[in-house]
Amino acid sequence: MALKIVKGSIDRMFDKNLQDLVRGIRNHKEDEAKYISQCIDEIKQELKQDNIAVKANAVIKLAYLQMLGYDISWAAFNIIEVMSSSKFTFKRIGYLTASQCFYEGTDVIMLTTNQIRKDLSSPNQYDTGVALTGLSCFVTPDLARDLANDIMTLMSHTKPYIRKKAVLIMYKVFLKYPESLRPAFPRLKEKLEDPDSGVQSAAVNVICELARRNPKNYLSLAPLFFKLMTSSTNNWVLIKIIKLFGALTPLEPRLGKKLIEPLTNLIHSTSAMSLLYECVNTVIAVLISLSTGMPNHSASIQLCVQKLRILIEDSDQNLKYLGLLAMSKILKTHPKSVQSHKDLILQCLDDKDESIRLRALDLLYGMVSKKNLMEIVKKLMIHVDKAEGTTYRDELLTKIIDICSQSNYQYITNFEWYISILVELTRLEGTRHGHLIAAQMLDVAIRVKAIRAFAVSQMAMLLDNGHLLAGNMQRNGICEVLYAAAWICGEFSEYLQEPNQTLEAMLKSKVTTLPGHIQAVYVQNAAKLYASVLQQNEQAGDKEAAQEITQMLIDKLPQFVQNADLEVQERASCILQLIKYIQKLQAKDVPVAEEVMALFAGELNPVAPKAQKKVPLPDGLDLDAWINDAPSESSSDDENPKKMIFHEEEQRNVRHRRPEIDEDELARRREVRKQEQANNPFYIKSSPSSQKNYQDASGVDHIPVVQIDLTVPLRVPGMPLSDQYLKLEEERRQQQKQDRQKKKKKQKKDKSKRRHDSLHTESDEDITPVHHVDIITEEMPENALPSDDDDKDPNDPYKALDIDLDKPLTDNEKLPARTHRVTEKKAPEVEAASVEDKSKKPKKAKKDKDKKKDKEKKKGKEKVSKKHKSSENTEHEHDAPKEEIVAPAAQEEENEKPTGGASDMDFWLSPAPIQSKLQQEPLRNEVASEPPETLKENDKKEDTKSSKHKKKKHKEKSKEEKKSKKKKHHSDEEAPESVQNGSLEDEPLPPMSNYCLLAEDAYIKMMYDVQGNLQDGSQVVVSVIFENQSSGYLKSMEFNVLDSLNTKLVRPEGSSIHDGLPVPFQLPPGVSNEARFVFTVESIVMPQKLKGTLTFIVKTDDGSSHEKLDFKLHFTCTSYMITTPCYSDAFAKLLESGELKMCSMKVDGINISFQLLLARICFHHHFSVVERINSCASMYSRSIQGHHMCLLVKMGDSSVSVDGKCSDSSLLGNLLDELKQTLTETC
Amino acid sequence: MFRRNFVSILNCQSVLREEGCPVVMIKAILIFNNHGKPRLSKFYERYSEDTQQQIIRETFHLVSKRDENVCNFLEGGMLIGGADNKLIYRHYATLYFVFCVDSSESELGILDLIQVFVETLDKCFENVCELDLIFHVDKVHNILAEMVMGGMVLETNMNEIVTQIDAQSKMEKSEQRSRWTSLSSLRLCGLFARAIQH
Repeated sequence: MALKIVKGSIDRMFDKNLQDLVRGIRNHKEDEAKYISQCIDEIKQELKQDNIAVKANAVIKLAYLQMLGYDISWAAFNIIEVMSSSKFTFKRIGYLTASQCFYEGTDVIMLTTNQIRKDLSSPNQYDTGVALTGLSCFVTPDLARDLANDIMTLMSHTKPYIRKKAVLIMYKVFLKYPESLRPAFPRLKEKLEDPDSGVQSAAVNVICELARRNPKNYLSLAPLFFKLMTSSTNNWVLIKIIKLFGALTPLEPRLGKKLIEPLTNLIHSTSAMSLLYECVNTVIAVLISLSTGMPNHSASIQLCVQKLRILIEDSDQNLKYLGLLAMSKILKTHPKSVQSHKDLILQCLDDKDESIRLRALDLLYGMVSKKNLMEIVKKLMIHVDKAEGTTYRDELLTKIIDICSQSNYQYITNFEWYISILVELTRLEGTRHGHLIAAQMLDVAIRVKAIRAFAVSQMAMLLDNGHLLAGNMQRNGICEVLYAAAWICGEFSEYLQEPNQTLEAMLKSKVTTLPGHIQAVYVQNAAKLYASVLQQNEQAGDKEAAQEITQMLIDKLPQFVQNADLEVQERASCILQLIKYIQKLQAKDVPVAEEVMALFAGELNPVAPKAQKKVPLPDGLDLDAWINDAPSESSSDDENPKKMIFHEEEQRNVRHRRPEIDEDELARRREVRKQEQANNPFYIKSSPSSQKNYQDASGVDHIPVVQIDLTVPLRVPGMPLSDQYLKLEEERRQQQKQDRQKKKKKQKKDKSKRRHDSLHTESDEDITPVHHVDIITEEMPENALPSDDDDKDPNDPYKALDIDLDKPLTDNEKLPARTHRVTEKKAPEVEAASVEDKSKKPKKAKKDKDKKKDKEKKKGKEKVSKKHKSSENTEHEHDAPKEEIVAPAAQEEENEKPTGGASDMDFWLSPAPIQSKLQQEPLRNEVASEPPETLKENDKKEDTKSSKHKKKKHKEKSKEEKKSKKKKHHSDEEAPESVQNGSLEDEPLPPMSNYCLLAEDAYIKMMYDVQGNLQDGSQVVVSVIFENQSSGYLKSMEFNVLDSLNTKLVRPEGSSIHDGLPVPFQLPPGVSNEARFVFTVESIVMPQKLKGTLTFIVKTDDGSSHEKLDFKLHFTCTSYMITTPCYSDAFAKLLESGELKMCSMKVDGINISFQLLLARICFHHHFSVVERINSCASMYSRSIQGHHMCLLVKMGDSSVSVDGKCSDSSLLGNLLDELKQTLTETC
Repeated sequence: MFRRNFVSILNCQSVLREEGCPVVMIKAILIFNNHGKPRLSKFYERYSEDTQQQIIRETFHLVSKRDENVCNFLEGGMLIGGADNKLIYRHYATLYFVFCVDSSESELGILDLIQVFVETLDKCFENVCELDLIFHVDKVHNILAEMVMGGMVLETNMNEIVTQIDAQSKMEKSEQRSRWTSLSSLRLCGLFARAIQH
């Protein structure tokens, strides 16, 4: 007992621990900052000591201070020291603190790599666990790359505790190092069937999260998830999967059909609200994806809406909230079914809970109709007045505007009402959405011609009372409205009742306190107004008034000339000068109004927000190309000083010359400019009916303008303007209704039934708008590009994870194994070695293993757990040489994918009759790899006869295939071109290779292949196989090319463009190896040739010599294409879109089979077959820069015709040339 | 201390406790008391220390002004992530537990997760109260690390979490014992001897 006390006191004497620190802080409430800075000094002392226990104690205190907001990054190195302690207690402290304060920018983080690796392989599972947890918080791309392999090993750890952590952290690794996704994916998929439920759900979690971001790559997993969904009892796994299906269904409507039944069953049966809620959500997603042409699902929609109503009516606020949230999703596609619950939703608007009110607001958006818009907005206006917090009030404001302006003001029947609502909204104080209101005012005034007179009168009023709004000066505040008001009054000044008064209001000295951009508009529009006043006066012959107004402007404008804002200053002084000039003319009695008006003639039409983006790039426009010849470096250096001397002189000359340009020249130039403008999509042409000549504008005359201005005084005290409209509107509708009923009575046809109808739904069509609304559509440039990806964010971190997972792994896709720092250039040594020395070891062993694996697989299907154990064992065996670990995985995928992937997916999805299946079935996705044989076809027909045995047989078949493939795989290994081996598994095809000779001499032979980079649209990878043909030893190889403007070799940072790249290996006699070089390309529409040199040293017994070999790298257009699977419906859509250019060619004298032909095109030109019917096939591919390329290949008698369509005609042309060459060469 | 408030707010069946299962992408987990003093902050996205403090303040401001019987979901945090994110919180006695999550995640799931978290704390600290969290923030972090890893739910089965925590503290204790002997062997020898004499 005594000893314990002593121990404690000694510990405390030594150092202040965390508890002491906390206590101390609590005792120094007044001078907390001082106390803490004192503590930090102590901590710094403690960190200097050697004792790790003291250090750890200091570090944990730092972690606490970090929570209080103190920067502790200065101690990063000490944190790493504590992390590397051998004691778990300290290690945990180190990792915890690191996870709190390390991030990608922490410079010492790279020092941790080895420590973390050591901890990951620690025999103590908690050491590993703590390292994984820490790493998950501060993983960087470098750490991810270096540790990916270690973590992948841990995914098969014996302890589930480690497995689940490793699986989960893989998600972070993928995010930071996307290249690891494909190699690691097979094992991740395996974990979906892990015996431990924790690991299983971790895997589900990771895959679902991946799939949510890039759903299309995970479609092939749908059958697996479907199985899990129907078999799992874990509600949370279910929720995850159901959520995932929600993301997948939009891509594959057939999936939706399959899902709807089990989901409705779940909805009916489950008692867990969370599961019910997610099911409803996914059913909604399914229904949305099916929304076209599926009338028989109204029952499901009804079910969903019903269940949601129950949620909303629940007393639990959480459920109410979620119910509303889900309801808003239904709203998008099935507004009718939601509208029937309007009562409930309006009720929620009065809820005391803000979150719920906000959700209800969202729903209102879809509830409005022409009939109830005014009513709903009125209700919202009341809320606006009552609302306390500015956030909620701002939300209300934006919602009102959203609701009213939705789908081109579809529901607004009376724009005068809308303008007055907007004006009322300007009375809101402290809002941040002044610009929104302003934008609406402008939009309405510009696009609805009939409303302009009214709008102008309202705006003039706003300007008169500008001082009321000007109180709030902050940006985006309500004063923004004045911007719109000033512009509208100026632009449509002919409607102003008292332009003089408005003009005066705009020039008040108060105005100078407004933000600069608003003042600028004021000044400019004052000039417009002035012009129209001038004209009026002149027409009336009132010279005095005209001079008066001119004088007023000259008096008032100087206050703007002195403005701090440059824009205001410039405009004001410009206009001031102009008006002074006018005054002079006026003094001479010259009529000027016409000319002044001409300054502002022409109508400004609204331009669609995306118009700029939609302008197609003109052919041949290359903004990066030099307009003149690039200046040579040497000359510019030498001549610069001289030039400077002449330069000034030249300028002076120009200035002199300018006025000499004669009238003819000017006229000619004007003509040219007009021509240019006519052809220029950016230039907004003035419409034929210039707004200044409104007398003859047809729009206004035939629009029945309501006589509101005459019958009702504009402002009744005590009643907001908009309410009057509401009242008026009601009366008007009543009138209309009565009229209609009268008519009906006269008609006396089927009276009772009709009546009922009209009572039930007073449809929108019945309500005739007050104005004939003539909404001017927004302008778009001619031949605008239709594109759907306008909103894609190029910086999306998940974009990098958009990786095709069904494609078989290629040799270069491996996780970097330890010691290799330079990953990109790493050659697959193992593969190359095994190719070269066939007799050597790994082959037999491999075969054995494969056999073993195959066996296991057969067994394992029934007994998952057993299989897992044993496969784990084999995998541990693999671990020893690190590279090998991927090879089996890759093989496995190669085997499984073509059968287990896309075709299986189709098989699984198609409940349709056999015929249609047969059409869909052949060659959907992986056709590049499996041209059909008649034998198989027969097999399938048999298959489909008995639908019950479908799956079983399919499996058997795939097994057979596997076997045959295996055999082939081995025989194939002899050919060096194993790169695409996996995709060509059909026997009759001869081995093909894309590698072609680059250069050869007595010492070395170089073969190369160029492939597009999946991840980067501007890069291609050149793989070069170097083969030593001499008897000497080749070393110090250096690869160099002469960059062109378009294509450049990627060199490490800091090296010049003349430096060569070292080849990362040496070659003993007779050995070959492969290296990869990355090139950046800008334009890919043309083939290119680059000259290059390989220098190397040959070392033989009698000395060494420097050698050099020149070569020419040929970048064909083909090398920029990437095999991309494409579904036939997407393909058809692409062709229909009409944006593709067409080109065709024909080759005679072809006598190979069609199948072989297709395979050749697929292989050599990176295409995939979309559909094949008899001797006709459609094919698809994509360039690395996203050009779609479609081919229609037809085989006649010994001739082949190819029609191509592509978004770029020169790319297409070049590719067809290459295609032609391949076909003629090979046949 | 919290036990009184343990009556589940949800009337739905709690599904979390059945098995371990990760659910969400969590941006941040905050615990602060009724006065906004932080008791634990864990950010799964990088923010500078100043921003972190601002987030805590803002979140406290948003959460504290809400009534007891309103829903536990909250939108409109400006600092953390913006529109895509949601605050899901629970209020126990003197403490607020706030999770900031992705908008696409299961809201009810997170509510249950908070419940599991609090129950686990209660079990590990034996009737947890605010003081426990104040003085043993490291332990709270360790417990949290067994539940949520890098913003993803790792484990939701309370028993499993408690087992792992216990195993780790056992290890810690055995190490402390050995540490004590090693310490005493060196410079402490003299000190120790003197203390005994006393």
